[in-house]
Amino acid sequence: MIDPLLVALYIFALAIFVGFETITKVPPLLHTPLMSGTNAISGITLIGALISTGAGHSVLGTVLGLLAVIIATINVVGGFMVTDRMLEMFKKGKKED
Amino acid sequence: MNIIITLAYLLSSILFILGLKNLSSPKTARKGNLLAMSAMLVAIIATLTKNEIVDFTFIIIGLIIGSTIGVIIARKIHMTAMPQMVALFNGLGGGASALVALAEYFRLTGDLKLDVIVSMVVSLFIGAVTLTGSLVAFGKLQGLIRPTPVVFKAQHFLNILIFTLFLIAGIIVIINPANITGLLVILAIALVLGILLVIPIGGADMPVVISLLNSCSGLAVAATGFVLSNNILIICGALVGASGMILTRIMCKAMNRSISNIIFGAAGTISRDTGKEDNRKVIAYTEEDATMMLESAQTVIVIPGYGLAVAQAQFALQELVKTLINKGINVRYAIHPVAGRMPGHMNVLLAEANVSYDLLFDLGDINNDFQNTDVAVVVGANDVVNPSARADKESPLYGMPILNADKAKTVIICKRSLSPGFSGVDNELFYQKKTMMIFGDAKDSISKLIKLLKP
Repeated sequence: MIDPLLVALYIFALAIFVGFETITKVPPLLHTPLMSGTNAISGITLIGALISTGAGHSVLGTVLGLLAVIIATINVVGGFMVTDRMLEMFKKGKKED
Repeated sequence: MNIIITLAYLLSSILFILGLKNLSSPKTARKGNLLAMSAMLVAIIATLTKNEIVDFTFIIIGLIIGSTIGVIIARKIHMTAMPQMVALFNGLGGGASALVALAEYFRLTGDLKLDVIVSMVVSLFIGAVTLTGSLVAFGKLQGLIRPTPVVFKAQHFLNILIFTLFLIAGIIVIINPANITGLLVILAIALVLGILLVIPIGGADMPVVISLLNSCSGLAVAATGFVLSNNILIICGALVGASGMILTRIMCKAMNRSISNIIFGAAGTISRDTGKEDNRKVIAYTEEDATMMLESAQTVIVIPGYGLAVAQAQFALQELVKTLINKGINVRYAIHPVAGRMPGHMNVLLAEANVSYDLLFDLGDINNDFQNTDVAVVVGANDVVNPSARADKESPLYGMPILNADKAKTVIICKRSLSPGFSGVDNELFYQKKTMMIFGDAKDSISKLIKLLKP
């Protein structure tokens, strides 16, 4: 059985490669939505916060968790919504006149 | 049950990556964002089914409060304030990672494995530095803090000292994980260091800083992933970290400064002696003169800068461009990578003004076309068209890639006054014979041009 830590390191290394490969293909045109989108993705910390808040172990853990849930949710909801708002504006050859 | 959750996380990872892949074209980008959203939803739902969660009350409260705030911010924010928002969200991301590391620390009483405590220290440190650093960046962008670099003697020495203190505290906590004081010391050090590292950086360099902090927020997430042994956090953290790093590198190349130069050199301080050009004259032209040039042109390239957005003139500019296109003139926009206050900012501001994205060209794609262009129109941009960057070794701009506006047959520049741009140096282009300076508010000048051009 491979040590889960080693697996995690493998995954980290591979994910960075995938990240570089996919993101270098994003044109400068879309760099701002890319930043707001990655802000939303970094809200995945919410997953960890959910467990801390819901595990009911200690008051301190629940409070810290709750704070983290609020903050991470702002990132997720705010980030995705603002990215969508921007991407909606990118149109090609609008002929309104 | 656990297998299903793990498979759900795997699906989520795949959806995140597909989402980013679709961001490679404006045609599929929106779909990409939706894919990423679904990825997040899958991960959240899967987590909520975990056995460890017994009490949902606070979770629901937290989700509702967070969503409400998120929706309000997303709906209300002006596109000109995007850099501030990204800075803020970077900080929140760092903060969340630090909080989760702390929560996990207090939850796991008893023997902490080496890799877990190391990840906790790293996650707490990066998260806290990102938090305060981003808040300072936010303050500088929003104008709450002086954009000029705050520099004091022995600053570097102080930073190194503080970082060493962190290393010592870190080692102490790793050796003895029960040392809560040590952990809190690390937290305090990190919060202070974040402030100290960003405060000496000038407002002009903020695009690089927020890209770097974007990367750090991702790395903090990855570190938290190691704390929780949660692979999806590791993957997402790596993706975000890589994205931030790529953008930082692009920004540095576009400004021709290395990252260490920006962080450790207090740039933005004006060092050049501008006294010697006092006796050169600049000729002011009128909108009527400009109209004549434009009407007889066949190819035009427009160079917008952040000043355009400040004057809220992007809508008027697009009107002007449409008017020219209707006359059969070929018009394109040339976007310098550091136009605006964050990567890609100018593109978003123009998209907001209904500019079709096939009119927007990057520096690399359009720079060779200036020599065949009749008129280059510069609005609200300064340093990015300064020819000194090419030849003048003493200029602070030297080496920075610029748009070749000076190669066009005629250059029209709309400017409020002769005041210098961020670099603080004079622009050679203003004094050239082929340059027509039009002084005044961009919006007013452009509106006048539109009126004069319409038959």
